[in-house]
Parts: sequence; C-alpha cells; structure tokens
Amino acid sequence: MKGIEVELLKLIENNANLEVEKIAKLLGKSIDEIQELIDRLEKKKVILGYSTLIDWAKVLDVEEVTAMVDVKVTPARGVGFDKVAERIYRFPEVKAVYLMSGAYDLSVSVKGNTMTEIGHFISEKLSTLDSVLSTTTHFVLKRYKHDGIILQDSDEDDKRIVVSP
Amino acid sequence: MSQLSYVSKQVKDLKPSGIRRFFDLAAQMEDVISLGVGEPDFVTPWNFIEQSFHALEQGYTSYTENAGMIELRREISAYLNRNYYLMYDPSEQVIVSVGASQAIDLALRAVIDPGDEVIVVEPSFVAYVPTVKLAGGIPVTIQTKAENAFKLKPEEIEEAITPKTKAILLCNPNNPTGTFLLQEELEPLASVIKKHDLLVLSDEIYAELTYDDDYTSFPSITGMKERTILISGFSKAFAMTGWRLGYAAGPAELIAAMVKIHQYTMMCAPTMAQHAALEALKNGRQSVKDMFESYKQRRNFIVSSLNEIGLTCPHPGGAFYAFPSIEATGLTSNEFAEHLLQEEQVAVVPGNVFGANGEGYIRCSYATSIKQLDEAMKRMKRFVEKRM
Repeated sequence: MKGIEVELLKLIENNANLEVEKIAKLLGKSIDEIQELIDRLEKKKVILGYSTLIDWAKVLDVEEVTAMVDVKVTPARGVGFDKVAERIYRFPEVKAVYLMSGAYDLSVSVKGNTMTEIGHFISEKLSTLDSVLSTTTHFVLKRYKHDGIILQDSDEDDKRIVVSP
Repeated sequence: MSQLSYVSKQVKDLKPSGIRRFFDLAAQMEDVISLGVGEPDFVTPWNFIEQSFHALEQGYTSYTENAGMIELRREISAYLNRNYYLMYDPSEQVIVSVGASQAIDLALRAVIDPGDEVIVVEPSFVAYVPTVKLAGGIPVTIQTKAENAFKLKPEEIEEAITPKTKAILLCNPNNPTGTFLLQEELEPLASVIKKHDLLVLSDEIYAELTYDDDYTSFPSITGMKERTILISGFSKAFAMTGWRLGYAAGPAELIAAMVKIHQYTMMCAPTMAQHAALEALKNGRQSVKDMFESYKQRRNFIVSSLNEIGLTCPHPGGAFYAFPSIEATGLTSNEFAEHLLQEEQVAVVPGNVFGANGEGYIRCSYATSIKQLDEAMKRMKRFVEKRM
C-alpha cells in the first residue's frame, strides 16, 4: 500500500471524526483526492466501519459485563478452526474471536448486561457446541486501557509554559 | 544603595529577551491557545521515563564522568554514524551537556578570546547573541533575506567577515524560520568558511525534524569535520526538553577544552537524564518516527491554513515553526502579536525578537494538537479579516 494510504488510515484509526477537509490539509492533498481514497478503501473493505470508543462505566443507567472466554475446541478436517469459529462469532453477544497459540484455541470476548446473562450464554450456547471441549471464563473487573486509549481520568493538561524560545 | 550596582556591567547591558515580555503578557490570560511554545507538545515517551525510574531505583544518583557516561557517548557516536555517516570517537570527541544550550555556551567560551567576532545568522534563536557576548565575543549578525526564504548565502558570509572573525554559528533547520538548507546549499557556504579558516558551531537540534529532503549534517561536508563543533540534543525530536540533555561532537582538542570548562562549572549532566537518553537512543526510533509524522502533517495543515488566511508563508522544510509574513495586515510584529493575544487569545511570537529582519513576521509553533491548531487558525482568520 502506498505511504499516503497508510498515513490516512493511521490518522482516522485514531480519530474517525476527522473531517475530509482537515485530512486533506494534513496530508497535503486535495479534498477530492482524499474522498476518492477513502471511498476506495471502504470498497476494498480496508476501512470496515467507524466506531466510537465509549467508557460505559461512566454511563450510570447502563450495566455492562464483559467476559474473556478461553475455549478449547476440536478442529475439523478440511476447515481447521474456521468452521467452529464461525459458529461462535455469529452470535451477537460475541464481540471478538481470536485463534490463539498456547494452552487453548479460541479467545472469545462476550458482552452482556449481567453476569447471569453471560453465564447463560456460555452454558447454553457456547459449551454445548459439539466441537467445544472446555471453556474457562474470566470476567473483566475494570478497563484501564482499550485499543490504545487510556480510560482512566488523568491530568492531560498542557504543562508547557505559554511562550518559550 | 541599589543592589543593581552589584550587577556586572555586561549583564546590565544585555537586552532582556523579547520573548520574556511576551510570556508575562500571555501568562496572565485565560483560555490562551499558544503557538508560542518552542518545544514539543508530546510528553517524553514512556520507555525513556521508565528507564530513568529504573536507574534511580538501582541507585544511579551520583555524578557521572565529566564528559558524560561512556555508554551514552558510545550511543551518541553510533547514532551520528547511523544517521549522518559521521565518525566520532566516543572517548575523546563527544561531550554530554545540560541541553544543547549549554553545549553552545561551552563551545563559545572554549574558543573565544576577548574581541573575537562570531557570526550569527538572523533571524536566530534568541540565545546566540547574548551567549556570544557573555563569552567575551562580539556577535556580528547577518540579516538573511526574505526573498531568499531566509536562506544564508555565501556572499553574505563574505560580507560579514573581518580579520577578527573566529567562528560562525549555524542553525539548520532554523528556529524561528523553519528554513532548511540542503547539501547543495551548504557546500558553497563551506567553501567560504574554509577559505577564511573559520570555526563552525553547527546547531543541529532540529536535524531529525526535516520533512521533504535528506538531511546533511554540516561536518559531513568534505573538509568541515575538522573545523566544526556539532551541537545537538534530546529536547526536540525525542520530546525531552525538561530533562535538559544535549551533546557536542567535534575535534578532540576542542571537546577537551569544553570538558575543562564543564568540569569546573557543571561537573556533569544530570545522571537520571543520561539514563533516559540512553534508552531514547537504543529504543526510541519508533517514537521519534511517530512524532515526526505528526509534526509533518501539522506543518502541512498550518502552512496551508496561514496562506488561505492571507498570511504568506513559504513551506518550512524543518523544525516545528511556520514564519508567515503579516505585511498584509499593516501591523508591526509586536502589534500583531499583542492584539491577537488580547482579541483572540492566541499567542504567537513577534518575529523581531529573533532579529531585525524578523520584523513583519511572526513565529507560529505547530507543536500543538490538531484540534488546537484548527481553533487557532479560525481565531487568526477572524483577526486578520478585520484588518484586510
């Protein structure tokens, strides 16, 4: 991929809210060029969507629980882990699925409103799948950093003096 | 009795920095967006800080060798070799200083005899002229021309040279103009310098921040290494201003002379900062690259915004400053900066504090977030529109 594409992607990966006009100025290109580039990257499914990172812990009336589930599975001939992974990632409760090296096979991140809800999903849906051998569930207690963003309130004020040589 | 009578005549005669006055004005105001800051907006990368913690925990709290930890000098030497194809012996040709500023002071004091002239190229960093004076030298300024995009020309050096000229201070890329001289522009300067047997103090603190073309370190030009003291540091590209860590590299006799002054006046650079710098050179390349990319984008942004507003601004090749002309507003640099601060709460530095030829210009640092830059440009647009 060309340097300009990577630069653009890095920019909007960190801030999907950046207007095309600003991106164009930052990268020294015309607005049309940038719009075209974005359209192309969307079409090629390099850009898959634009989401917002929200600290739900601060939204009082919304309860949200996340669990990371280590899943051991039996891979199937011809399709390896892909088939069972698909069976799992199609569930809307499942927010992420990764094939892992090491002690277990799939790392599955599950989101729900309560622990009971997640427990229900794991015992009824996930662990009952034929190819699933075992599951180990870890509930997330606190999020410190997510996708490169620190979620703690810290003093990010500019500490520089106003004018310096 | 006034205590002022105790103050030396030389210090009394020094002009207070024009930046200082402006700082006092800006510091009293609220909600100021500052484009007046000559340092990165990034906090020092975490691994540098963490390494310094570790060194402190390990008990590295004592002095180091006068010239700096040999491990650090080795890394500096390797870095200069890697980036600029320079060869310096870390044991004799490198000194670690308290910021590049102290290295400039040491170099000047090490070479100046009373009455020696040192050429300073204006618009320039505000410390050069006073530092030359404090070292007992006579600063002779060259006023580079706006029509040459403030690029120094060999004939301008020729005109400034007298029998008393000992050295020339070069800063490439330049603060405040962002002017960046390429190899083919430096070579004719080197010929004049050689012809007149001048010493060069080459301030290369912004060398890493050159955006469009390859950087040529002055001592890498044929015949220049033996007559150049290269000065740089960690403040800008490594985002380490507050650590106060710089260095100089040059001929062994000159570095030894600088170490002599350093050992009596400073002992050594701060130990914890030296450990952080060691980490910066060993494992800091990605951080430097990320910051570089961000500066480059912000430069594109501010330069095109300033030109849109009507403040003509050539494309600065390096550092993190834009130096637009404010001629179109009919204001002086001081008026522009003061009124802008009062009316729109945006701080910039009037160009005349960097030299007489900086009049008619302002320095805008783009080492600030895109969001802040965008807001600052909106406010400046409003300010300029009222006057055109």
